[in-house]
Amino acid sequence: MKINDVILRTVTKIVVFIILTFGVELFLAGHHNPGGGFIGGLVLSSAFVLLYLVHDIETVQKGIPWDYKKIAALGVFLAVGTGVGSVLFGAEFLTQTASHFDLPVFGSTELSTILLFEAGVALTVVGVVVTIILSISEDV
Amino acid sequence: MFITIAIFIPFLAAILVPFIYKWMPSRKIGWFVLFVPLTLFIILASFIPSVAKGGTYIHTMRWIDSAGINFTTYLDGLSMIFGLLITGVGTLVILYSIYYLSEREALGRFYVYLLMFMGAMLGVVFSDNMMVLYVFWELTSISSFLLIAFWYHRKQSRYGAQKSMLITVSGGVAMLAGFIMLQTLTGSFSVREVIATIGQYTDDTLFLLAMLLVLLGAFTKSAQFPFHIWLPDAMEAPTPVSAYLHSATMVKAGIYLVARFTPVFGGEAVWFYAVSCVGLFTLFWGSFNAVKQTDLKALLAYSTVSQLGLIMSLFGLGSAALNGGYSADSVIYTQATFAALFHLVNHSTFKGALFMVVGIVDHEAGTRDIRRLGGLMSLMPVTFTIALIGSFSMAGLPPFNGFLSKEMFFESMLIIRELDLFSMGSWGALFPVIAWIASVFTFVYSMIIVFKTFLGEHQPDRLDRPVHEAPIGMLIAPSILGLLVVGIFFFPNMVGHYVLQPAMAAVYPPFAGAEGMVPHISAWHGFNYAPLQLTLGVIVVGVLLYLSLRYWRGVYTIAPMRWSLDGLYNGLLLQTERFTTVLTRFYMTGHLRDYLVYIFTFFILVVGGGLVLTGSFAFDFSNDAPITINEYVLVFVMIGAGISILFVKSRMTAIILNSVLGYAVALFFIVFRAPDLALTQIIVETVTTALFLLCFYFLPDWKREIASRSTKIINAVIAIAVGAIVTILALTVQGNKLFESISVYFEDSYALAGGKNIVNTILGDFRAFDTMLEVVVLFIAGLGVFTLIKLKARKGGQDVEDQ
Amino acid sequence: METLITILVGVLVTVAVYLLLSRNLIRVILGTAILSHAVHLLLMTMGGLKKGSVPLLGENAESYTDALPQALILTAIVISFAVTAFLLVLAYRTFKETGSDDLDALRGVKDE
Repeated sequence: MKINDVILRTVTKIVVFIILTFGVELFLAGHHNPGGGFIGGLVLSSAFVLLYLVHDIETVQKGIPWDYKKIAALGVFLAVGTGVGSVLFGAEFLTQTASHFDLPVFGSTELSTILLFEAGVALTVVGVVVTIILSISEDV
Repeated sequence: MFITIAIFIPFLAAILVPFIYKWMPSRKIGWFVLFVPLTLFIILASFIPSVAKGGTYIHTMRWIDSAGINFTTYLDGLSMIFGLLITGVGTLVILYSIYYLSEREALGRFYVYLLMFMGAMLGVVFSDNMMVLYVFWELTSISSFLLIAFWYHRKQSRYGAQKSMLITVSGGVAMLAGFIMLQTLTGSFSVREVIATIGQYTDDTLFLLAMLLVLLGAFTKSAQFPFHIWLPDAMEAPTPVSAYLHSATMVKAGIYLVARFTPVFGGEAVWFYAVSCVGLFTLFWGSFNAVKQTDLKALLAYSTVSQLGLIMSLFGLGSAALNGGYSADSVIYTQATFAALFHLVNHSTFKGALFMVVGIVDHEAGTRDIRRLGGLMSLMPVTFTIALIGSFSMAGLPPFNGFLSKEMFFESMLIIRELDLFSMGSWGALFPVIAWIASVFTFVYSMIIVFKTFLGEHQPDRLDRPVHEAPIGMLIAPSILGLLVVGIFFFPNMVGHYVLQPAMAAVYPPFAGAEGMVPHISAWHGFNYAPLQLTLGVIVVGVLLYLSLRYWRGVYTIAPMRWSLDGLYNGLLLQTERFTTVLTRFYMTGHLRDYLVYIFTFFILVVGGGLVLTGSFAFDFSNDAPITINEYVLVFVMIGAGISILFVKSRMTAIILNSVLGYAVALFFIVFRAPDLALTQIIVETVTTALFLLCFYFLPDWKREIASRSTKIINAVIAIAVGAIVTILALTVQGNKLFESISVYFEDSYALAGGKNIVNTILGDFRAFDTMLEVVVLFIAGLGVFTLIKLKARKGGQDVEDQ
Repeated sequence: METLITILVGVLVTVAVYLLLSRNLIRVILGTAILSHAVHLLLMTMGGLKKGSVPLLGENAESYTDALPQALILTAIVISFAVTAFLLVLAYRTFKETGSDDLDALRGVKDE
């Protein structure tokens, strides 16, 4: 899939970063505001898909040599792992905890195991969506 | 605690084996595997002194508390015996298999199955919870299936594997039903609790039914008549497997079950008769059939069937003691159970040794057919000695452990004549008679094993290769078993005191600490001792029968003998397959539309019919929220878009209309105060549309739908009916709020889950299980897409079947 | 409002079922997609519509919209996306292997 479009390429360079930032923002906002793992993951993956659309697959693959299946697998592992993790601490499966930490830069921040869980969700979404799109478009 | 871990160690090792095997693909992998049962055996053995003093160990891991299913392990005398057998014989069998299996075999697979079996078997004997026990029970059937079919390219292996699986698993399902009935009666899945409370329910009809179902499970597993037919076919497995699963451990799971449930059902006439008569008949039938076998392994299979029947019948007799509680009279019947436990141990030693001997003969001579064997004594002196020890012990001769348990068996059979319970009357006299006849046959086939193989004339021309003694490594394991056979004869009371006595306490909880439960085992009681006279009779008649074997062999060809249970099984299987094929062909037409028509018609009939019949229409529009003008517009846009999809000519238009629907749904989500949904919906809709377009690039354009007018009308009727029913149903549900909404609970999400976005706290915390599984589904779908595209079918894959 | 949406759901279900019963693979897939739209709306309606503020506690509102259906729908959206993607690829792959997207032509052989 090779599209030679200078405007699109130029715009993409900036837009991809905006989308990526937005994705991360949505992901982190999820706790108290609209957002969360799914949406964050979807937005992130749309940024990647845009990259692959604009440049051809080989070029992007050189810059970002990730195996998205592994990313998806890592995500599932994180999501299931947080569940099993709570069992190791003697709690019920998938018990989540949260508490406040004083971090040097951010001040008093609330960190929760939900964040890990949601990260797993987001990674899976990114991995799966990009895998699907790439698989189809590579198979010509 | 250790016991719980002990169950899981083999499973963990099984996970590790493939990795180690990949790294070190040689038979040395066996030494790693050997380490597992050996360690377990040693640790388990360290519990013997405290268990012998009456100690028990319970450990509970909470699992499905709400359903009363917890991972409770329980170590008492009974599970100790089985645990020691499983790990002890397991050690020896693995040691043996290291030398038995060649390097070309799929050793990794073999040891994975074997370890899986070991873990499952330990799970069966250590579980206190019936549901957990059931799971492990079926897991043993599955691993047995895999091991029998280890050489899966052979048709006979697959046949044997399927047969054993079908029979034992159907028995297992019956047992599950029995367990559930017991739970319904007593309200607990814990065996210990059932034992404690069952007394008040013995008059219930469910009690009898539960008993029969549990027995069905035990009989199928332990190959009791008429379910014994799977065991001879299971001999297709590699010999170490036969020695381990199909003589020492798995087939004894049924025995274990009977022993474990004797405190529950024992003392009932049905239990007494069912267990002892089935056992006794199996004893006779197995030994009678063993004599005619020419394949050594088949002979051993029938002999195992017979010996299992012997142990089973003893447990049946022993259960009589529980009728009416403890008294000086009733305690005498517990001797049968003691003999059963003793013979259980003895059988594992001598039968394990014999299986290994047969494996060695097979390995060295290349055949197990006794017609081709003979005169191996001078060529394989060590093997011969072990075979001699094993078979003489099985025949019940001194100075081997089989003699002791056989005498106790006769004694129990004689005592039972005096039982005046269960309207025994004169029937009791029949018990020792059958037992004696069966013992004669046992003597005959034991002699066949050792003498037809090792004595007589050596026939080198009928063998494929010159025979010589087995390598030393292969002889170690059977030698240890042979030494045990002799050792137990000389020190039987060691076993009696440390191993059997606590097991007796487990089988007879009401008799705890009673006098006379554990007899002093001795080999010599004087000439006037009736069992000894019976044994002498067995020897005399047995020798005569053995010598005249060729004259009465014709008995086996008499007509009724040909009509076999195997034929019945095969016929049944064939007929079932035929019938189900016809039935399936009838409604599984291969048209997707037909299947959907079934589903929708069913939906219309049941849900629609239900609505009409119960007349539960109740519309209540008073609670409706007000509608603004732009919402009307949105609704009509959606209806218009939806209906026009049906009529558009181009697929591109259709997909755009679908997107219209999707984005309109997203707009509704905004209207309905669901920002998360709106965001997700917009992105998903975009990606979906892109996917559709991507696929359209490769797919052909829409053709006109070629369908007859009547089909179209039927489709339309079904579609409209389904749509109408859904609408009416939804309106009715909204009109009748039967319950208060549970959603108020989630509004406390900040305190409960530390998040202010209620939707996300539900996803991430309250109902995280859904989300987790959803992620897994998503991942599977992604992998599915990937494999669908990347993995092309390899044309002309090799066909390994039916060699 | 609920009644109106319910009727809309009914119409969408009718359309979806009709598409599902057709012979063309793509139409069947489209049918599943529309069916999931209908179900999402139905779930939403079941929780009651416009009865309170956005379910974010930060809003400090009097009452909140029912959040449970929203969570269910969010899960359903993603799952239906995965299913649609899988079905599409299945259709694509089927076409590549057999050269047909007609379900009647694709039905399995009579005897294996």
